[in-house]
Amino acid sequence: MVDIRSGTGEPIGPAEVEDVELYHPHSWWTRYVFSQDAKIIAIQYASTAIAIGMVALVLSWLMRLQLGFPGAFAFIDADRYYQFITMHGMIMVIYLLTALFLGGFGNYLIPLMLGARDMVFPYANMLSYWLYLLAVLVLVASFFAPGGPTGAGWTLYPPQAVLSGTPGGKDWGIILMLSSLILFIIGFTMGGLNYVVTVLQGRARGMTLMRMPLTVWGIFTATVMALLAFPALFVACVMMLFDRVLGTSFFMPAIVEMGEQLQHGGGSPILFQHLFWFFGHPEVYIVALPAFGIVSDLISTHARKNIFGYRMMVWAIVIIGALSFIVWAHHMYVSGMNPYFGFFFATTTLIIAVPTAIKVYNWVLTLWRGDIHLTLPMLFALAFIVTFVNGGLTGLFLGNVVVDVPLSDTMFVVAHFHMVMGVAPILVIFGAIYHWYPKITGRMLNGLMGHLHFWVTFIGAYLIFFPMHYLGLIGVPRRYYEMGETAFVPASAHTLNEFITIMVLVVGAAQIIFLFNLVWSIRHGREAGGNPWRATTLEWQTPETPPRHGNWGKELPVVYRWAYDYSVPGAPEDFIPQNQPGSAGLAPEGAS
Amino acid sequence: MNVALIFLVVILTIAGWWLSRQRLFSKPWLEVGHTYDLRPHDRPSIPPAKIGLGVFLAVVAALFSLFMSAYFMRMASTDWWSTPMPRILWLNTAILGLGSLLLHAAGVTAERHQDDTSRTALIAALAAGLAFLAGQVFAWRELSDAGYLLADNPANSFFYMISGMHGLHILGGLFALTRVIVKTRTGPMGEKAVLSITLCATYWHFMLAVWLVLFALFSGWANDFVELCRQLLT
Repeated sequence: MVDIRSGTGEPIGPAEVEDVELYHPHSWWTRYVFSQDAKIIAIQYASTAIAIGMVALVLSWLMRLQLGFPGAFAFIDADRYYQFITMHGMIMVIYLLTALFLGGFGNYLIPLMLGARDMVFPYANMLSYWLYLLAVLVLVASFFAPGGPTGAGWTLYPPQAVLSGTPGGKDWGIILMLSSLILFIIGFTMGGLNYVVTVLQGRARGMTLMRMPLTVWGIFTATVMALLAFPALFVACVMMLFDRVLGTSFFMPAIVEMGEQLQHGGGSPILFQHLFWFFGHPEVYIVALPAFGIVSDLISTHARKNIFGYRMMVWAIVIIGALSFIVWAHHMYVSGMNPYFGFFFATTTLIIAVPTAIKVYNWVLTLWRGDIHLTLPMLFALAFIVTFVNGGLTGLFLGNVVVDVPLSDTMFVVAHFHMVMGVAPILVIFGAIYHWYPKITGRMLNGLMGHLHFWVTFIGAYLIFFPMHYLGLIGVPRRYYEMGETAFVPASAHTLNEFITIMVLVVGAAQIIFLFNLVWSIRHGREAGGNPWRATTLEWQTPETPPRHGNWGKELPVVYRWAYDYSVPGAPEDFIPQNQPGSAGLAPEGAS
Repeated sequence: MNVALIFLVVILTIAGWWLSRQRLFSKPWLEVGHTYDLRPHDRPSIPPAKIGLGVFLAVVAALFSLFMSAYFMRMASTDWWSTPMPRILWLNTAILGLGSLLLHAAGVTAERHQDDTSRTALIAALAAGLAFLAGQVFAWRELSDAGYLLADNPANSFFYMISGMHGLHILGGLFALTRVIVKTRTGPMGEKAVLSITLCATYWHFMLAVWLVLFALFSGWANDFVELCRQLLT
């Protein structure tokens, strides 16, 4: 603390920050429905994402019912089962996680945390949401289309995705799926431009990049990645749509279907896989980086301690973002690639564990000797660390070609990716909602319901996915509608499957408590006040809670310090808000 | 995926260069009580719309580089024979280039407050854009009349798809241009109008550059170039 560089402490006028021209709504419709206010758009994004996420949750129930009790439910035939799997995966990854982290938290937190009045392009921001909603509606429409939604698996691998053997392959299912993705990507690009340019241009005076909360760093980097990665999915979708509708042969090799030679020929299914995973792997980190950022802030706030190794955390986020673009083919070890490729991609995959491990160490070291408050956001953050380490370690197994090849088509992979990019980010989302709900609504979420929700979800998720690793190791295949008489799968595996299914039903039911809590607390929650967690970041320093249109009063905030001044020695309180000038707080003030 | 990876390296280099100027090695926990903001106080910062367009163009470039990656990967298969380029494409290229020049002129004249010249140039550019699109449709018809249909051969499929995608981007640009024309129809052109026109011009130059690369790709020159690079590398 000797070489502390504190300034003169004179308040600096905010005049240098150019005020954006705010759009002022004139009617109820433009204020709450076709709103250009990032906060309203955030709530719209989040509500839509949670609603479609509930559909995906019910689909997972149905799918598990078939796995736990094969044949007991007549309406779940093989086609439906594959449709459930496909839609569950696609909705959870794209329409829930991506939309909620970037569209939901991104919209709400970026302007508030950076001290801006709104996003820089509010109109494009509004369009972004409406295109997202349209994409969701097209997706939902496929449930009602003749033949039902596509059952090609969430990776939509050709040629099977557009053949008659796959549900929706020769019907509307696959067409609607691809169209929905294209709409989603166009909508996301509009939002993504906003998030990036707002971070670049909308920061309040004094908010240097290295003073941004890690949440913003995570969302910013993830958005940049998404802007570069989603075009790959876009290209893949357009080309497959051409193959399906116009009869081209980008991905379709010569195929005899039901004794009939199709007109396709010469196409390369591997080409699709390259395009898909060029998007698909960054997508994992597009979901993970915002979660990393948010969890850093939750831990720091609720342990009343500055984040350990802030610079390292920022660098790790950037490095993970860059590295994630050169690991995509580790999803294709069993697709028939040049073996040297496998070697290269295994190496890059294992290297990415280094910055990730740095982040985990820094979270743990932040907790070390912190003043840990076991609030609900903190509980979820802690649960995230455990779950993420767990899922990350099995990732090290699967990153090695020789280990991946035998495990690739087993339940082990299902357990791995659900732990690392299903359960872990969802836990962060819950933690973040418990953390920021008071700012969004002005009231706290109910604690009792919250604890019930947390413990059932956390322990339940482990009871679901931990045994699944074991199932995978003994060779229980994934993607199978039913196992039937299989010599190498013992009867106990079936019992375990029944147990997992029952846990899925229980954990799913716990989410209903959460949804009820969300609605109930809007009216009946405890009044929160402006800064219930005594946090330093700017969103807690708004003049009103919930923040009004324009976020700040007459003047924009000016930032004098980083986001993690918790428990500073000599300070009157255990936190110093970012917009507090230097004269208040520090003991060695004026020493320089 | 070579083209996409090369593009990615370029983007990462730019991002790295930018990040290297953001004091990533500073120790924010020691810098209290002062703004330490490096953003200039005196001169106005770059307008957000300009940065926004830059980021958007990066996304568009990513899109086309991925299309090109797919083109090269699909080309390796045996059923590929290249599509002859209709000669009207040369005319189209010239028209697109003309549109680019006109928009540039519109920007320059607007800055010099020669509003009427600027307006004429804008409308001429719009006409050039429409003529380009019409020319592309003629090129498609010429090809399909000659028997090069969409689904016959991957080279045809790629030509129709990628040139169509480029055309859609031009169409989007025309919408933006029309909006600018309507907005600047009356009254003197202020700073805002100049900015809008400059942004349109930037977009047009970019789409021209994309088209030139695509044209080279379809004509097969790009293949020669790639072959040359490959020989140099081995």
